[in-house]
Amino acid sequence: MDIDTQILVKSAAFVGAGLAMGLGAVGAAIGEGYTAAEANGAVSRNPELSGDIFKNMLVGQAVAESASIFALVVAILMLFLGVPLNNLLNGAALLGAGLCMGFGAVGSGIGSGFPGGQACVGIARQPAVTPRLTTNMLIGSAVCQTPAIFSMVVALMLIFMGFDKAPLGPTWAALVGAGFSTGLAAIGSGYGGGLAAGASCEGISRQPESVGNVTTVMLVGQAVAQTPSIFGLLVSFILLFKRFPESYELQSAMALLGAGLCMGFGGIGPGVGNGMAAEGAVKWVARNVKRSGELMRIMLVGQAVSQSTAIYAMVVALVLIFVV
Amino acid sequence: MAIEGADIVKAAAFLGAGLSMGLGAIGPGVGEGMVAAKACEAIGKNPREAGLLTRTMLVGQAVSESTGIYSLVIALLLLFVV
Repeated sequence: MDIDTQILVKSAAFVGAGLAMGLGAVGAAIGEGYTAAEANGAVSRNPELSGDIFKNMLVGQAVAESASIFALVVAILMLFLGVPLNNLLNGAALLGAGLCMGFGAVGSGIGSGFPGGQACVGIARQPAVTPRLTTNMLIGSAVCQTPAIFSMVVALMLIFMGFDKAPLGPTWAALVGAGFSTGLAAIGSGYGGGLAAGASCEGISRQPESVGNVTTVMLVGQAVAQTPSIFGLLVSFILLFKRFPESYELQSAMALLGAGLCMGFGGIGPGVGNGMAAEGAVKWVARNVKRSGELMRIMLVGQAVSQSTAIYAMVVALVLIFVV
Repeated sequence: MAIEGADIVKAAAFLGAGLSMGLGAIGPGVGEGMVAAKACEAIGKNPREAGLLTRTMLVGQAVSESTGIYSLVIALLLLFVV
């Protein structure tokens, strides 16, 4: 039994590292590809600015890259850190950490690519506002990274928290569920935040005098788009810190795994939807800056409705954890 | 550690409830976001019709919400009834 446990925990670390880096590479690559594609279009439109555009492209891509660097760090930690091999729960935690970091990097990687690409296009269109565009791009894409950072926090907690005193059943399901909850929910928030940030770079380049209002509405919209990933983080923390009474029935384990999957998947749609609403608002604040109050109000109402399904998902997840 | 039939059924109901609400929440979230984005666009173009557009947005979103509510109902049925 002892040898078997060691083999299983070691295998979980390897599978988890593979999932973290494999899934984690998806988003950043797509986002950086988008930035580079838009940069090419911008250079062909205005070749004499190729230096500025090239520099901006690299800065934008570097921010998008950070999501996959988090995944790389987590994967390397899982491979080389001597996690105690004598407890099957450590295996479940490592698997959960890999899933969390891998899924969590997807949305932030793709999302951070949008402001990078739109800032490159904007430089070609309106060279005079280059510094403002770069600043706005950096603010927008930094906010896009927060869901990936939440995922990294949960992944590191799963790797480093000891689970020696917790019973194997149903804690193993709570740990895997905690990984799913934050990891999956981060996809929508990262992607949605990127939509808003991209629209703001586009808007500033069209109407440079709208920059203050555009950045404000972008940040408010992105903040609302982050909430599904915060719900995911909340459910993960409950799953990590609550002590579950020992039970080897399948149902108590599946209730906790189901709670993580519910909140994780349930966060994706509202995150993307909130981002779309923010994208529409930011785009039109730039074009019609006098109406920014009305646009912000309608954005918030629309986002509140779009948020409702994430709240249903959180309610069902909490019922699965605390009631059944 | 013996797993019994009733336990497997209950476990499947819990997992199904989570998947139902989780996956079911994706569509309405994205769809309602699209509605809100277009409403912002329309109000940006034609601010005088803001009231009418807000009403249209909310009714459209309510319809889009329905599938999310179906998912919630099925999840609650799986949790508490069947």
